[in-house]
Amino acid sequence: MKAAWRRIAPAVVTAAAVIAIWEFASTELVSRHRQFLLPGPGKVLTDGLLDATTMRQIAASLWLTTRLSLFGLGIAIVFGVVIGVAMLRFAWVERASYPYLVALQAVPVLAIAPLLTVAFGYSFWAKSIIVVIIAFFPIPTTLLLGMKSVDAGLIDLFTLNGAGWWTRLRKLYFPNALPSLFAGLRISAGLSVIGAIVGELFFQQGSPGLGERIYAYQTNMQYPQLYTAIIFSSLLGIAIFSFFGWIGHRIVRSWHESAQG
Amino acid sequence: MTTEPALVFDAVEKTYADGTAALRPTSFSLNPAELTAIVGPSGCGKSTLLRIAAGLVAPTAGTVRVVADRLGFVFQDPTLLPWRTVLANIELLSELHGLPAGERRRRALDAIESVGLTGFEQHHPKQLSGGMRMRVSLARWLTLEPGVFLFDEPFGALDELTRERLNDELLRLFGELGFAALFVTHSIFEAVFLSSRVLVMSDRPGRIVADITVPFDYPRPQELRFDPTLAEVAGQVSAALRDGGQP
Repeated sequence: MKAAWRRIAPAVVTAAAVIAIWEFASTELVSRHRQFLLPGPGKVLTDGLLDATTMRQIAASLWLTTRLSLFGLGIAIVFGVVIGVAMLRFAWVERASYPYLVALQAVPVLAIAPLLTVAFGYSFWAKSIIVVIIAFFPIPTTLLLGMKSVDAGLIDLFTLNGAGWWTRLRKLYFPNALPSLFAGLRISAGLSVIGAIVGELFFQQGSPGLGERIYAYQTNMQYPQLYTAIIFSSLLGIAIFSFFGWIGHRIVRSWHESAQG
Repeated sequence: MTTEPALVFDAVEKTYADGTAALRPTSFSLNPAELTAIVGPSGCGKSTLLRIAAGLVAPTAGTVRVVADRLGFVFQDPTLLPWRTVLANIELLSELHGLPAGERRRRALDAIESVGLTGFEQHHPKQLSGGMRMRVSLARWLTLEPGVFLFDEPFGALDELTRERLNDELLRLFGELGFAALFVTHSIFEAVFLSSRVLVMSDRPGRIVADITVPFDYPRPQELRFDPTLAEVAGQVSAALRDGGQP
């Protein structure tokens, strides 16, 4: 009990300090008639987190954003795994695609969003593609890294026993890459939420997800509600990140060093 | 003896693409149920020789003939699949050869018993000691009943006591199963204690500079380690190793 408290105490103290500074700033540093711009924690609690209308809106949006994130992430995983495996199998695929994966990673998403509207309109698909672009990179790269770090002796062992390429992939390369792939998936999962909210902010179409809510609250100057939406966006990112971390841990815990302690 | 040898090296040579000579023309043959040790300085091409015998590396010249229908190769490291349990690791090879599940299990359990790992079937490699991992590495090949075994310094990384114990067990398996074996080691003592013949290699690029017979029958009792004749043979091997570099 005492040990557990000692472990979480620093984080709790940090949170308390941030809330205290926030409260102080909103009441003491901002002049009275501008206080609506920086509502204090109390106001966010009463008008946002504890307000039934706001929470109904946010709950509906949270579901839409979660769906969008997971859908885009799913596409990113499928394509990422296919490309990662192809890069392992054919060196030319790696040489042909790697520079563009890096470029895709570096491209400012908001700058290409207008291009996407040309091809996909303002649809769910356009938003999904933003998610894919943002979340994609870690998947093929960590998968490839994990597969390439297979012990050379194990490759010899499979060769000596006449194992074909698919057998090697299934029984050697892929399982060997799981710890590294899950490290990448965790990052991609967090990024997918960012991608979803960026996509929603830009496209502003269809039923409102958290991105649209954030935009609407800002436009209507509903700042306590805006803060609430931001808090839930972060929580969603943390939840998806932790979920993939948990799955990865369950899969590799019995054999991999990373799963110790 | 007129029996056909299990493994024949005929003027086998290896030069790598970058011009490095790894093995000078080497000829020898290994009889069935014979355990031959190979000793030589580091980097002399012992491992290359084994890799050529296994077909993992193609010789630049010369021919290799393996008569046994299956060849087992125990590496320096245990090279186990860390995500598989002991049992699943030992089933791997028969799985790669497409044996039915029941047969795989039966062979694996037999092999586990013969290397003394009963009770550890469900452990993962990281839960085992170095010596136990090496036993798994050996046991997985036993499931295929190879007629020829290649050993590449398998016990080199183990402590003295574990190594002795594994040497005794290897000799027991050798007596029971009657395979032929090439045993590469950098321990002169281990070479002499295990084998009936020691091939001594020169510095890189390696060639065989001495072929020394070890005048003891099998089974070999543990006390043989302290036999003066054994020490004498070890002395001959050691002298041959020292002279190996000279023309």
